[in-house]
Amino acid sequence: MKYQTQALAFPYFVAALVLFMVQVLAGILAGSIYVFPNFLSESIPFHILRMIHTNALLVWLLLGYFGASYFLIPEESEREIHSPRLAWLQLAVFVFAALAAVGGYLSGVHEGREFLEQPLWVKILMVIAFLIFIYNITMTVLQGRKTVVSIVLLLGLWGAALFFMFAFYNPDNLSVDKLYWWWVVHVWVEGVWELIMSAMLAFLLIKMTGVDREIIEKWLYVIVGFSLFSGLLGTGHHYYWIGTPEYWQWIGIVFSFLEVIPFFAMILWSFYLVRKSGRNHPNKAALLWSLGCPIMAFIGAGLLGLMHSFPSINFYTHGTQLTAAHGHLAFYGAYVMLNLAFFTYAMPALRNAQPFNQNLNIWSFWLMNAAMIGITFALLFAGVLQTHLQRVMNLGYMQVQSQLELFYWLRLGSGVFFIVGALIFIYSMLGPVREVSATRKYEHHNA
Amino acid sequence: MTEHLTKSAARNIFYGGSVFFLLIFAALTIHSHFYVINTATDESTLTESVVRGKHVWERHSCINCHSLLGEGAYFAPELGNVWIRYGGQQSPEGARAGLKAWMRAQPTRIEGRRQMPQFNLSEQELDNLIDFLEWTSRINTLGWPPSISG
Repeated sequence: MKYQTQALAFPYFVAALVLFMVQVLAGILAGSIYVFPNFLSESIPFHILRMIHTNALLVWLLLGYFGASYFLIPEESEREIHSPRLAWLQLAVFVFAALAAVGGYLSGVHEGREFLEQPLWVKILMVIAFLIFIYNITMTVLQGRKTVVSIVLLLGLWGAALFFMFAFYNPDNLSVDKLYWWWVVHVWVEGVWELIMSAMLAFLLIKMTGVDREIIEKWLYVIVGFSLFSGLLGTGHHYYWIGTPEYWQWIGIVFSFLEVIPFFAMILWSFYLVRKSGRNHPNKAALLWSLGCPIMAFIGAGLLGLMHSFPSINFYTHGTQLTAAHGHLAFYGAYVMLNLAFFTYAMPALRNAQPFNQNLNIWSFWLMNAAMIGITFALLFAGVLQTHLQRVMNLGYMQVQSQLELFYWLRLGSGVFFIVGALIFIYSMLGPVREVSATRKYEHHNA
Repeated sequence: MTEHLTKSAARNIFYGGSVFFLLIFAALTIHSHFYVINTATDESTLTESVVRGKHVWERHSCINCHSLLGEGAYFAPELGNVWIRYGGQQSPEGARAGLKAWMRAQPTRIEGRRQMPQFNLSEQELDNLIDFLEWTSRINTLGWPPSISG
């Protein structure tokens, strides 16, 4: 670590990992209810668990971005973070708001628009924390060296904050409500978050490949350009059946095709750079996550999303388990893996150790990936069957669901493996530092 | 190709293009906003009761089990057309009574069947919620959902 204030990342990463566990635990409980429908039905009903599952995900990903920003901005700006005290205040406010939200949900205190269930005062606290963060990072960047990585990261963070303002607008007309709801939900995950993702990935690639920054940064502009050009109007694929004009069907499909490009470009970018560098960075686990992330994002967010963005297909698949399949792999591939890559890269420095034994981490990589592919395929098959039985054969909803039990079992089983993988990952991050063997060390020094 | 593209050109394309597409997106959203209000939905019947019903829907976070116009969770049936599924177009009173009876009967506690919680809605809240679902069923969704089962 070159700068002391980079250490601010550590508490953020720990908080993120705690909420990661909350997320997967809520997920496994919700998945259990699909096969044991009476389980928890009167103590923690399904809608509460799902709320915790999705909200904890969003919050821990944000904590990951905050931590990553505190870690990478000092190196990019070549100076310490503007105010470490504000960073601690921000963490306290944000974590308090998140825990208050989870506690509130468990006791039935919540609002009711999907993903925006936080009570108003929790939303306000989160915005305050976010503004403290943006102020702190912006001041640091303005006073130091300005790089493309830090500018793109800042744009992504500012964008996330600005578009979140639509969360405070809840029109009485349901269709108008949905129209602007997507300005938060879609523009975050298929727009401004991709800026954050690309900037974090660029930083990892610069550090781990040692390739000339000029080349990496030029490609960074190209990729985030594709992300926003395609992502903004790509919102059209949510405007097919909610009372919006028919022209969105054309816009939706054209821009959904384009939305695949930035993810594909990220694969080319990262593999080309890693190959060029000779793959000799000692933190093999971080390299593995950084290469895995664009691949899984391309499949989950890109291909699975595109597949049901055709209006003629979406007419039948909209609102089935297919959406759940896509959602799981998209979030995992793009944003979960990105954060885990960054934690893996930064943790040895934060713990003041050389890149330590990464076998456990690499095991957790394969375990979590296999498990998430299992979850995705189980839901994919369930979705195809559901689409046929319910939308084509016109069988009743509950009757169709009883035909899908096998797939829900497979999903739950995969979920158990995922939790094991997540626990191994956390242990490899926060558990005892295990030295690499002498011969391995020797290899690293020669590499 | 990449040799011809300089970093500053890439930057200019990024900024210019992003602003361009953001403006188009905003313009089309505004157009859609007026289309929704004037054409696709029936603003004249968007009564106070419908609005209160929307808030009942939100207060109990129905969206985290059900879907509404295909959006939400996929744990319980689609409700955008539940009014039609209950025969509301032929017999509004029958559909209203049926929906109320169903919500009052929850949870069924039938072993092996998904459970809906008892939300203890008042008579007025039930009416508001049903008014909201009835209004929603009349949104022009271009024919979606493809089947009555939602």
